[in-house]
Amino acid sequence: MLKIENLHVSIKGREILKGVNLEVNPGEVHAIMGPNGTGKSTLASVVAGKDGYDVTEGTIYFKGKNIMDMSIEDRAREGIFIGFQYPVEIPGVSIANFMRTALNEIRQYRGLDPLNGAQFLKLMNEKKKVVELTEKLSTRSVNEGFSGGEKKRNEIFQMAMLEPMLSILDETDSGLDIDALRIVANGVNQLKTKDNATIVITHYQRLLDYIVPDVVHVLFDGKIVKSGPKELALELEKRGYDWIKEEYEQGKLL
Amino acid sequence: MNSFSEYSKQISQYAIQAQPDPYRPVEEYFKCQVSNMGSVMLPMLNGWYVQESDGLTTYDNGVIAGSLKAALAQCPELVKPCLFQQKPEEKDELTASNEAQFTDGIFIYVPDDVKVEKPFQIVSLINSREDLLVQNRHVINMGRNAELSVIQCDDSTRYGKTFLNIVTEISLSENAKLHYYKTENKEAGSLLFHHIFVNQKAYSFFHSNAITFNAGYVCNNIHVNLNEPFAETKLYGLYLVDKTQHCDNHIKVDHVAPDCKSFQLYKGIMDDEAEALFHGHVVVRPDSQRTSAFQTNRNILLTDKAKINTKPFLEIYADDVQCSHGATVGQLDDEALYYLRSRGIGEKSARKLLMFAFANEICHFVEIPALKDRLSDMVQRRLNGELTICDQCMLHGAENSDLIFPIDASKL
Repeated sequence: MLKIENLHVSIKGREILKGVNLEVNPGEVHAIMGPNGTGKSTLASVVAGKDGYDVTEGTIYFKGKNIMDMSIEDRAREGIFIGFQYPVEIPGVSIANFMRTALNEIRQYRGLDPLNGAQFLKLMNEKKKVVELTEKLSTRSVNEGFSGGEKKRNEIFQMAMLEPMLSILDETDSGLDIDALRIVANGVNQLKTKDNATIVITHYQRLLDYIVPDVVHVLFDGKIVKSGPKELALELEKRGYDWIKEEYEQGKLL
Repeated sequence: MNSFSEYSKQISQYAIQAQPDPYRPVEEYFKCQVSNMGSVMLPMLNGWYVQESDGLTTYDNGVIAGSLKAALAQCPELVKPCLFQQKPEEKDELTASNEAQFTDGIFIYVPDDVKVEKPFQIVSLINSREDLLVQNRHVINMGRNAELSVIQCDDSTRYGKTFLNIVTEISLSENAKLHYYKTENKEAGSLLFHHIFVNQKAYSFFHSNAITFNAGYVCNNIHVNLNEPFAETKLYGLYLVDKTQHCDNHIKVDHVAPDCKSFQLYKGIMDDEAEALFHGHVVVRPDSQRTSAFQTNRNILLTDKAKINTKPFLEIYADDVQCSHGATVGQLDDEALYYLRSRGIGEKSARKLLMFAFANEICHFVEIPALKDRLSDMVQRRLNGELTICDQCMLHGAENSDLIFPIDASKL
């Protein structure tokens, strides 16, 4: 579904990603771990198509299509979703209006009729349950005045509404207490099907107790230096990242 | 105050002063179809109160409303304490000209302890092919504990040069509350100067919310004197201008007495070669301790040639005060734009959503639900380029006007 080949990315002349290779298939959950500043969030932003990143080498394919020249919105319409680490507050735009506009633009792109008001409300009320949201979304502005936990739940709610093929959850666990973490993880698990895929970017193994990955990757110094089964996450939790650094510097990895 | 001598000289060019029409039932002129508003109409056409009976109505609760001319003849004791109340330093050429020459206007009196449920709606329509000079003076006299909402719609329905020089005087007695909503939808050839003078007594509350949809040349001046302790004033404004439209908002809030609060929030979007000005001046006098005064002005410029002059200005002589001021001029938030687009919303729609959200904040402060929805809808259509004059306002016998001033989101 997603294939990243030899991706090199710079920000203002500084190389952040130095040749990332990654392949994700339908039905899989991948975890990308690694210390701060190794390019995890950059990878998510580049897949999303955010401005300000220079891709100097490499290609990203989604569903077999090269998406490098695709706009941010078209990538989303194709089925890519990013769960943001720091979702922005947008005063004055209600969540309902936001989601309805998004959903209908995606439907239009796919040649489907827009949802009418009643259909939309029904869908919204159904999807609110996925992350146990009880707020009135028709009047609340996007993320405005939300706690950290509410923002992350709102991200998963949007994921439930838009039903993406590929979701990249960027540090969705940061700033969550244990109850919120369980709700968010539970939401992600409910949305899992054999046809969609999830990439979980995280520092900590904790989230992976709830969202069990098929593959764990370690991103270090702009490259995926090690991949392994879910036990790799436990090892990282126990031993930290220093041994990765040592092995990398000694040339034992890759 | 500001000097308007340049404009006062222009008055002489507008030789024609409209004469009142012979009486016709109000419905023949217009009716407001905004649903659920249930307002009491005070219609004015080309600067004259549209006469019904003797021009003044006394309601069961003692409220008196109608023509200022009629009120001066029939109940001068209620008018005169609130008329010509400006100190010499508060006057300028235009207000002086108005004082000397005003033709008519609206008078509203709310007796002590009367809370008026239905809003009063002043509709000032200009419908003339002649070049018109209109000088109106409105007076609102609010008794102790009185409460009222007033909606003032300033519209033009035909092309033609008009010079409107309007003065509104508002007196709020102890603990009176007035919500004053104003919409302006003027065509390119019109000049509208509206001076609003407000005098507030103890514990009184004044809320003004002025939305300029189309400007021609509009200049809104609000001068509030907080004369006694614990008075509060909240001033909101929104201006959406394009082409060569021009909109000024000059505000002066004078904290004469201690323990008063004032708040200002003005927002604007300027497209094409439009110009706008915000001048917010707050004076805190030496003895006005424990004053709270806040003012904010936010603007979005859509083109290189659009222009905003903004000057939030605090003049503070007391030391125990809470005051802040600020102004921003900018474009839309890139991070918010990215967030919306990452959910599949096209760039153009995303910009429109953000622009509407920016402007619509001002509508949130409208406390009449039907009016709030109506204004939000008008803001939306204005930004989409679909708004002409308020199409809920029907003027029989008038030709359809084709005023279309699209604010073009693609230029962002």
